[in-house]
Amino acid sequence: MNFTLSIWRQASPEAKGKMVEYKMSNVSEETSLLDMLDMLNEKLTLKDEEPVAFDSDCREGICGSCSLVVDGRAHGPGKLTTSCQVFMRSFTDGQTIHLEPFRSAALPVVKDLVVNRSAFDRVIQSGGYISAHSGPKPEPNSMPIGHDELEESMDAAACIGCGACVAACPNGSAMLFTAAKIGHLGLLPQGQPERASRAKAMVQQMDEEGFGACTNYAECQDACPKGVSIKFIGRMNKDFAKAMLCDELDPRGSMDSN
Amino acid sequence: MKLDSKIPNVPIQEAWRTHIDSINLVGPKNRPKYDIIVVGSGLAGASAAASLGAMGYNVKLFCFQDSPRRAHSIAAQGGINASKNYRNDGDSTWRLFYDTQKGGDFRGREANVYRLAETSTQIIDQCVAQGVPFAREYGGNLANRSFGGVLVERTFYARGQTGQQLLLGAYQALEEQVALGKVKQYPRTEMHDIVKIDGRCRGIVVRDLLTGEIKTHSADAVVLATGGYSNVYHRSTNAVNCNVTAAWRAHKQGSLFANPCFVQIHPTCIPVHGDDQSKLTLMSESLRNDGRIWVPRKKGDDRRPRDIPEEERYYYLEERYPSFGNLVPRDVASRAAKKVCDDGYGLGETGFGVYLDFRDAIATHGKEAIEAKYGNLFDMYKDITADDPYETPFKIYPAPHYTMGGLWVDYNLMTNVPGLYAIGEVNFSDHGANRLGASSLMQCLADGYFILPQTIGDYLRDIYQQKIDENHPEFEKHAEAVDAKIDSLMNIKGSRTPLSFQKELGNIMWQHCGMSRNAEDLKKALELIPALRKEFWSELKVAGTKDSFNQSLERAGRVADFLEFAELMCKDALERDESCGCHLREEHIHEDGEAKRDDVKFSHVAAWEWIGENVAHQLHTEKLDHQALKPTTRSYK
Repeated sequence: MNFTLSIWRQASPEAKGKMVEYKMSNVSEETSLLDMLDMLNEKLTLKDEEPVAFDSDCREGICGSCSLVVDGRAHGPGKLTTSCQVFMRSFTDGQTIHLEPFRSAALPVVKDLVVNRSAFDRVIQSGGYISAHSGPKPEPNSMPIGHDELEESMDAAACIGCGACVAACPNGSAMLFTAAKIGHLGLLPQGQPERASRAKAMVQQMDEEGFGACTNYAECQDACPKGVSIKFIGRMNKDFAKAMLCDELDPRGSMDSN
Repeated sequence: MKLDSKIPNVPIQEAWRTHIDSINLVGPKNRPKYDIIVVGSGLAGASAAASLGAMGYNVKLFCFQDSPRRAHSIAAQGGINASKNYRNDGDSTWRLFYDTQKGGDFRGREANVYRLAETSTQIIDQCVAQGVPFAREYGGNLANRSFGGVLVERTFYARGQTGQQLLLGAYQALEEQVALGKVKQYPRTEMHDIVKIDGRCRGIVVRDLLTGEIKTHSADAVVLATGGYSNVYHRSTNAVNCNVTAAWRAHKQGSLFANPCFVQIHPTCIPVHGDDQSKLTLMSESLRNDGRIWVPRKKGDDRRPRDIPEEERYYYLEERYPSFGNLVPRDVASRAAKKVCDDGYGLGETGFGVYLDFRDAIATHGKEAIEAKYGNLFDMYKDITADDPYETPFKIYPAPHYTMGGLWVDYNLMTNVPGLYAIGEVNFSDHGANRLGASSLMQCLADGYFILPQTIGDYLRDIYQQKIDENHPEFEKHAEAVDAKIDSLMNIKGSRTPLSFQKELGNIMWQHCGMSRNAEDLKKALELIPALRKEFWSELKVAGTKDSFNQSLERAGRVADFLEFAELMCKDALERDESCGCHLREEHIHEDGEAKRDDVKFSHVAAWEWIGENVAHQLHTEKLDHQALKPTTRSYK
């Protein structure tokens, strides 16, 4: 197959970027999109041109490194897939393929197709965990967890932190990412003690990072390679509202009003 | 050099407790006075950094990915072992120890393996407390499944994403410590060297991958958790950026490299389709629970698999190994696949593939039950190959997956360089010559959550009064050397890309030091590798500049190290003139094709010492002690 690639080139975070066209010929339909970019980079290196920078690692759809907008869609054509799992058979011979980085003010471009997603780490740091320092712990079966509850928690936990939800959202919102973690931990009995403080802190951190708000376009759910549902956003909003509306009571305080 | 494993001279059942009760500890008030560097953020690195931070140490964590959460532990699919005996099927610490030692063909260190088995149940408890969503039965109890090489069900799992969920658990614990200021993380930063002062490891030299800046960091101890070296084959199931660089550069500073020839070739991967492919995708071993492996009995049978009747299918594992059947250990399954393909029964145009068929499992259990168990693996296969495994069998072939060899460590997980530790896949200690499925996650978390945090105090107490910082002249010296090496890569300005060398090296290794080996091939490889390395240093072409984000330069540095490491691997494979576990020497096989060990000559760890550039490595051996379990011929029949 033959393709024209139109790729976003940007030398550094400060530099002005632009789309640049490259031709690729005799590409097998079994080739993956990223393997084709490797082939392009081999050609560019030999021609003394700067190769295209892009993030990838596991190349099997689980690490969340790859982050391409392909023809305007985060992670490209196909449902429930990452950029590394896009194969050239999904394109038409001779077509032009547009490749851009995930775009959002909170995920600035580092170089070409590479973006900085450290905001995600900071959102997790703000409360996306259950405090349980290493050491002896109780027997897990002493705390049964229903199969269905557990599976729902796992549906949320499946998030790979790639940022497609942000890239797909017209508001650049990271609600699906944040809600997935709040949902995963909040659905488990172990996650209850920190449930309110977690929701509050994570939502506030998400706002501080400059992500937009949710206006229910549901583009995030559509782009999510792991099919995380926007129902978790509803859940997060409920947890957050509860945490904000309820006074932070000192449980040991007296009942006297003063 | 005498290799002292520091294992207490007591029965293995008492070794760990005895050891912990006798070593030095650092008290909670003093822990903030120590700086510890952890390199690598996979299961071992993240769990160690989180645990050490929570104990009160000052930790710096380095990884080359953009976030610690992306390390390749994330791709482990099937599960993690623990001898909980939830299925009431006779499991115990001893049974897990026995299975692991036998699976490793008696080339593991008994006391380490026993400790691993002992720790396994605590790992599950810890992970559940952190919120890892292991699968549960309808009654709410944890579910189990079975893996290769064992007769019990002891594998815990979270769909086909067990590694991901365990890593996220460790990553979240790590990020909590980052928020508390006890851990500082340095993503997109690659380690280039360790710094030794007065014989002790006192820090590292790193390159900031965004700016190209070379920086130094001092510490009281350095922990390497940098994974394995399967990418020496270029195409493996590892992430494309996995590399041997950190381990190799530590090795060149004196850390011994043990059993480098022990590489696990995983039996169930999607076959190679073309030369431009960057990696091979693993299909979890758990598929062998319900899938049946076969090839057509007639060579070149090009009928659709559904049209081939039962009597014309050769279920070679079931026929050859009636008691373990499709669940023989990985090395046995891989070799059997290679054999049927080499004999001409392989599938498709390449002839390198066998069927893994769910037809019977779907008929017995129904499509829904299979979907619930393996749905994401079936989807993944369909995405990659455009074939639907509910309708037609998976096609699979073995691929390099995991490396049992690694830096030599003692019972404290410290290398022979004082102050330098190695945990997880980068060390050599627990899996002998072959690792059982679902045991790598177990080892990484045992090392990171429970073993290293308790043993590291013994060393730290010892160096309490000897503070050193980055102003020590050794740091500048090492940084300059790292910079000079990068310059030399940039300045070759030849005509071949780093990737082209990696591919060529990978082919040499796969052909000559792959699933089965012989002296002639290995000697050939020992000629080809230095020649290729020479060409690398005269013909390499690196794009871009050194002071910017430059993936071409990153790869060049890694390939340079693989080109040196590969030679040691072949040397070790040649030296080990026996077959054991994954290491099959064609000169040493039983009549039925099974591996023939030589316990008289080779019941040892081969630990190699770097002497200098263009000087042969020196071999040291640590005799393996088989007090608890006498080696027998491994049989899965």
